[in-house]
Amino acid sequence: MTGFARHRRSRLVIATFTGFEADLLRSLASQVVELLRNEAAVPDEGRDPFEAMMDFSGPTTAPEDPVLQRLFPTAYADDEEAAAEFRRFTEGTLRDGKAAAACAIIDGLEEAGLPPELTEDGLMIDVELDEPTAETWMRSFTDIRLALATRLGVEEGDEEKWHSLPDDDPRAQAHDIYEWVGWLQETLVEALTS
Amino acid sequence: MLCHHGLVSAASPVEVDPTLTPDEITFLAKPWVTIVWNDPVNLMSYVSFVFQKYFGYDKAKAERLMMEVHTDGKSVVSTGTREEMERDVQAMHEYGLWATMERAS
Repeated sequence: MTGFARHRRSRLVIATFTGFEADLLRSLASQVVELLRNEAAVPDEGRDPFEAMMDFSGPTTAPEDPVLQRLFPTAYADDEEAAAEFRRFTEGTLRDGKAAAACAIIDGLEEAGLPPELTEDGLMIDVELDEPTAETWMRSFTDIRLALATRLGVEEGDEEKWHSLPDDDPRAQAHDIYEWVGWLQETLVEALTS
Repeated sequence: MLCHHGLVSAASPVEVDPTLTPDEITFLAKPWVTIVWNDPVNLMSYVSFVFQKYFGYDKAKAERLMMEVHTDGKSVVSTGTREEMERDVQAMHEYGLWATMERAS
């Protein structure tokens, strides 16, 4: 694993993943897509189907899931009505954008040769991203990291706590993955600014 | 008159109180701010990248604002009309930054 780098001649942003790493990244991106599509933006229970179909507006209250709350923060801290309006007009677009960004990671890995089911040992996946696609990946890495951090309860300056967990603690493993995606993102930002 | 002759129509003149100084008029026309809050997740390099990319700030300004977020817990990253700030807050959410807006104090 090398992280991302800028190819000198083509200016493309490149990285090489092992099959295992590519598969892990795809699984994280898929979870983001699922999370965004799972919890309906507007609860449909008990609604008239025609009314539901004709309702193009978005949600007005914050999502229940803490990860979604972090992905779609309340824009007005002291004005409930304005916050609801803002959410109604933006959350749908933001959801679609974030799901599309995570899909771009999945598509990119599969186009680079990641099979639907990883069976082969020693498979290496080379990705080459143009600048807009690299920025999309970079944004989606943030969503993946926010999701993992929210589930784990990551706080400012708590690295010691995670590193002192026994290796077989599932939280330690999840935190390792969180740090790995952070490192990937760091190299991607560096590649884009070089 | 939107898109009349294919041209973007100019904003209609706003009636202003003639006793206001130009500075006061600017203040009244730009009474909102976008605030980015610190979080334990976003990388410093990423936040600085977003400020440069989206707002077009130079590296020095982007890093100053990023450090303000990091050390003070928050920073005012843009000022403008309510509509402009709604666009900025939405963009910050797109990038995964924790942003809110309020009237400039």
